[in-house]
Amino acid sequence: MTALILILITGVLALSAEIFNLKKVLYPLSILGILVALGLNFVEWHQPFSWKYSDNMVKFDNLALAFSSVLLVTVFLWFLMSKSYFNEETNLVEHTSLVLFSLIGAMLLVAFNNLVTLFLGVEILSIPLYVLAASNKKNILSNEAGFKYLIMGSFASGFLLFGIALMYGLAGSFDLFTITNALSTDKVPNFAYVGIIMILIALAFKVSIAPFHFWTPDVYEGSPVVITALMSTIVKTAVFVAIMKLFLWYFYPAYGHYVEIIAAMILISLVIANFSALRQNNVKRLLAFSSISHAAIMMLLIIADVRNASTVNALLYYTFAYSVASIAAFASIHFVTGGKEETLDTLKGLMYKHPFIGVSLLIALLSMAGIPVTAGFFAKYYVLNALLMSSYKWMIIAAILASILGVVYYLRIALKLFEVDKKQDNGIIALSTREVFLLGLSVLLLIVVGIYPDIIANTFLK
Amino acid sequence: MINGISIDYFILLSAVLFTIGAIGVMARRNSIIIFMCIELMLNAVNILLVAFSTLHQNAEGQVFVFFVMTVAAAEVSVGLAILTMIYRNIKSIDTNLLSNLKD
Repeated sequence: MTALILILITGVLALSAEIFNLKKVLYPLSILGILVALGLNFVEWHQPFSWKYSDNMVKFDNLALAFSSVLLVTVFLWFLMSKSYFNEETNLVEHTSLVLFSLIGAMLLVAFNNLVTLFLGVEILSIPLYVLAASNKKNILSNEAGFKYLIMGSFASGFLLFGIALMYGLAGSFDLFTITNALSTDKVPNFAYVGIIMILIALAFKVSIAPFHFWTPDVYEGSPVVITALMSTIVKTAVFVAIMKLFLWYFYPAYGHYVEIIAAMILISLVIANFSALRQNNVKRLLAFSSISHAAIMMLLIIADVRNASTVNALLYYTFAYSVASIAAFASIHFVTGGKEETLDTLKGLMYKHPFIGVSLLIALLSMAGIPVTAGFFAKYYVLNALLMSSYKWMIIAAILASILGVVYYLRIALKLFEVDKKQDNGIIALSTREVFLLGLSVLLLIVVGIYPDIIANTFLK
Repeated sequence: MINGISIDYFILLSAVLFTIGAIGVMARRNSIIIFMCIELMLNAVNILLVAFSTLHQNAEGQVFVFFVMTVAAAEVSVGLAILTMIYRNIKSIDTNLLSNLKD
């Protein structure tokens, strides 16, 4: 909880930095704020904190602390990555405060205990991201991406609200504990099930699970690379915690009514995402489809129906591995292209031009593909392991086939790295110490966590 | 029952309004009309919240309506700002012209 308040203070300070002439210390200040917040999370571990003045609307238990630490690490890495993006055109002050406010929404989403906080969390997370997606003012592609994201996001929040209103109609309260009790009774009116499905649709929009994924490739392609990196990581982590809390715990009495819908959505996502990714030529578009595929794999935890700490551990491990790998991949692309077009050909011969970025990108891609020694392997392993006990065993085969297709398109990028680039030579890419540190740290995290998965995968005792 | 009217009618009314809004978002091409349709969707939810709040005789639902209004205002203000930028760049707000991003 103190971490949330600290990030809020940092965000407000960042917003007023221009007034108080703090522009020079703003960047170190925000990084310091994030690191102190991360430290506070560790201090508060095992000390459940619920804010009694707010009618138990937020509850910072161990689950919330663990996932908000993942969010904080992601945003920390993001800040390291994006420094070179800021210049006269792209305002550091506004970007910093918007990112921090978006982080607050994400932290609310991992700690909500009430449908009001769920709604506010989703909105506080999304609205700054709409602005950030459109932040490249003179580029019509960025404007279009922001506009599409906004329309789709507001459309989804309409569904979320309708679902919340129907759940309120069922229980007469927004409190999730009351709603679970109301769902457990014999006479549940049909509109309550409609409400649950509408909340599911809204959250599926946010994490881009098919058939609600169509905006994702466009928005990822149009936004600046650094913003895409942020969108694909913290949104997925935060909203997936919300999905897990709702559909595996609070709405569990109605499990039979939605599990088949989720299974169908996963299957469609796996097919569409992996086949579309095969024929993409833009790296950002390709990673957008890969993020849809990752979302589908994370969603498998819901249909696995294992309601104990191992599911939470698996999701924690997956979100961590995915976030770090994404940030590393997007950072490499950002350093290479520097805001220009991101076709596959721009990565040609990177291994010879700049081996360090090349190797980092390669390891990030291997982790996303789930090759052993990197963290991505155990991430997929834990999810599929949970699925073994469920009635959806056949889904394992679908997921593995999808992963094989995944290896194909990740290798397409990897092979480009080794191709010899004859015609063009667009100069040497100079990395600052900070950027070397970022890539080194993420690669190290991916490999260390991949070799010793227990560091993260045993966070919650069984 | 609220004043002798069954709650089903309130659900039906807001569902109809919500559907009109949702169809509008998908079918209309003018950006301003799309924003209006999103407002319609959110306000349909407000009717539902107020109806349930009266039915259950507690004020939580009506308080939530304020949150919904605030968020709707924030969303539309961001949306209009983005539209202004788009208009500066291409001198139009027709969504048919916004199709530079595709396969």
